[in-house]
Formats: sequence, C-alpha cells, structure tokens
Amino acid sequence: MNHQFNLEVNGIVYPLDIDPGRNLLSVLRGEVGLTGTKEGCDDCECGACMVLIDGQPVNSCSYLAAQAEGCSVTTIEGIVDGDRLSDIQSTLLDAGGVQCGFCTPGMIVSAKALFSTNPDPTPDEIRIGLSGNLCRCTGYTRILKAMERTARP
Amino acid sequence: MREFRFAETVDEALALVADGFVPMAGGTDLVVAARHGKAPLPDRVVSLQHLRELAVIESTDNGLLIGAIVTHAELMGAPDVVGAATALSDASALVGSPSTRNVGTIGGNIMNASPAMDTGAPLVVLDGQIVLGSTGGERQVSPAELWTGPGSTSAMPGEMCTAVSLPSPPPASGSAYVRLEYRRAMEIAVVGAAARVCLDPDGSGRVVSASVALTAVAPTIIEVTGASEILEGARLMPDDSGASAIDGGPLAAIARAASDQATPISDLRASDGYRRHCVGVMARRAVEAAARRAGGATLTVPVNRSTGMGVSL
Repeated sequence: MNHQFNLEVNGIVYPLDIDPGRNLLSVLRGEVGLTGTKEGCDDCECGACMVLIDGQPVNSCSYLAAQAEGCSVTTIEGIVDGDRLSDIQSTLLDAGGVQCGFCTPGMIVSAKALFSTNPDPTPDEIRIGLSGNLCRCTGYTRILKAMERTARP
Repeated sequence: MREFRFAETVDEALALVADGFVPMAGGTDLVVAARHGKAPLPDRVVSLQHLRELAVIESTDNGLLIGAIVTHAELMGAPDVVGAATALSDASALVGSPSTRNVGTIGGNIMNASPAMDTGAPLVVLDGQIVLGSTGGERQVSPAELWTGPGSTSAMPGEMCTAVSLPSPPPASGSAYVRLEYRRAMEIAVVGAAARVCLDPDGSGRVVSASVALTAVAPTIIEVTGASEILEGARLMPDDSGASAIDGGPLAAIARAASDQATPISDLRASDGYRRHCVGVMARRAVEAAARRAGGATLTVPVNRSTGMGVSL
C-alpha cells in the first residue's frame, strides 16, 4: 500500500505517493529530482547523503522519507546563497578542499549545521562536527582549513 | 513495508503495537538493517517521533525518568544526566556521529539489544530499570532481565519501551563509561566497560561499593560478579598526583576479573583473545574515572577523550 504525504524540501512542498519503506535519499534523488545529495555507502557510515531535517544533520540513507512529513528538509541545493555559492562552499573551493567532490555536499551540509549552532567553532569542534563525513581524496587537511577560515573570516 | 503511521498519543501507539505494529523511534537500526538484508522492514510501523511526552528527561525525588525517544545528542549534554548518570553521557557522546546522535534514541538502543550497545553497560551500573508499556499497563524490568541474547529481549508482543528509570545516585559516587575504538567517530565498541564507584561519605576516599559492566564480550551486556568485593576498601589517591586514581592492586584485580568473566567472539574487528585482554583494560580505566569523579574531579564527557587516564600495571 502506498503512502501519501507532503514533503517539504528547500521550502517547496512535494506531494508524494510512495512505498512507505523508501528511504529519504532515494526519494530526494528519484522523486523530488534533487541529485546533489549522494549515495555513498548506503550504510550510515560515510555521510555523503547528509541533509538537514529542521536544521539538524541526518543521514538520509537510513531515514524513511515518511519520517520527514511535517519537517523542513534542506539539501545541498538549499544551501546556496541566492544564485551565489554560500561562504562555506566558496571557501572550500578556494582552499582546495574539493577533489573528486563526492563527499562535498555532505561535508557542506554538516558544516552548515555546525556553523548555525556554533558560529565560531574551535578546530576540535569542527572535527567533531564533520566526524560523520568521510573523504577519500583530500586527507581532510584542506577541508578543515577551509572550515577554520569560514569560522574566522 | 505496507503501512507507516505516526502515533499522536502514547495510548494510540500502544494500541497499534498491540495490533502488531512495530514501534520505531529514529529508525537508524531498522532502516540500515533492512537495506543490508539483515532483517526486512517490518510490515507495519508506528513512528513514535511525535510523542513529546516520551522525549523528556524528568528529574523526580527518586531519580531520573528518561523518555524512550530522548536522543543520544540530548543525553550527552543534559545537565541532569551529566550530573547524576555521567556514564550514560559518556556513552551517548561516543555513539556514531552528530547525525546518528541526533536521530538515535535511548529506547531504540535498548530494544535493539546489541551486545555492543554503548548505553547498556552504564544502565547496568546505574541500576537502571526499563519501563515496558502495553495496553494492559506497564512494568519495569532490569537490563539483565530484558536482554536475552544478541538482538533479543524478553519484551512480550504488544510491549514497547516507554522510558528508562534511573534511581538517584548514592552520595559520594561517580560513574564512567569507556570503550576501545579504532577511530573516533562512526565506530562500534570493540569492547567497553562502565563502572560506578561509591566512596565513604566521611571523606576518607575509601570505596564502599562498586559495580562494573562490560560491553561486546558476551551475548549481552554483562555485569562483573564480585566487583564490589574486589574494590571495597580501596583508597582514592589525591587527584593531582597524575598517577592512578585508586590503589593499583584492586585495579589489577578488577581488570583480571573482567577478562576472566568475558566470553568474547572473534570477528573482523578483533580476536577473542584481544577482546578478552582489552576489556580488562577498559574495566580498570572505567573504575579509575568513576572513582575520580566520585572524589569530585571533573573529567571530560566523554571520558574517552580525556587525557592522562590509565596507568600501566
């Protein structure tokens, strides 16, 4: 039996009629059509699928789309500053914190959550804030530098 | 899955559970297990996430009542929990990552019944009771009564966890949870240990009672038999020595008892022998940290991240 409900993503309400067992990640990519959120491990380990639900970071691979009814979902597409990149995004690019780019949307979503609750995090707090996001290219150093620069521009 | 419903009241949730719906809080264990073929998603699921009365930490004359859908993120920072049940805060702060801590709940962690669960050993040493609700009323069970094996509990069909009850801590007591981990996030305990140490309120620093419980070395969380007898009378050393918090002899004995009572498995993360050795180390460190907290020291939560802990024996 399909499950009918409204899902709010980046301020737009999408009426859905889906299998209630589908995870949020597959619905964002397959039904809503926002492919910035990535499927990495599909096991709640890598953080490539990170989105915000009511401002809190959530692994969308291990969260049912139906659970998000009545909440505001923010994906990487909702983090841009109008038609410009947000500070986190441009600083990450400038610092060389993007290589293959697959982890980047999830990193930025986690960073967004961190900076919205803690605008001036210490390097340790940045590490904890990004601890659910794996990157296999950069070795993290440039990502962390970029975050420190965003914290103290 | 055929049906997904939000319960709007606890009674509605209990009625649906009586009718065969599976209760879900954050869903992290259920959803991941389903996609990996471990267990398909239940046919009918009732989400508890709208039940605000299950999302509160209540401080009463008798102790703390922690609602089943209180998240790990809340437990690691709630002043009442950090103050009276520090081991539980230590454990919650080690779970997964910020995102898993935001979504995962104490009730889900308990009812998932993994022998590697971080919040389990703290509940044992803090004398926690699990509140199981049903349409017929509620009952409280101890952790030892609840967990019957990996992923299995003694909860009856129609019962769900609604809360965890923790009695007020004894005077001059402290608790801690430590674990062996290979990385500092998104990790499952290789082995772990929780301890509670109660000192003589006369200020002499002598241990009057203690309890120790172990993570990931048996089919369920286990309590170390004889821990109180081993540690009774041990003396709390001055905190500024930088050395062991309490007498070395009893610490070595508690480490041996933990290793002796462990019956670990070998898997890709550790051999049985390595787990057996390391759980002794964890037990000793948990006792040290709990004793120092009982003596008034303020140690980082989670104490795994604290420095200067642990001595070689």
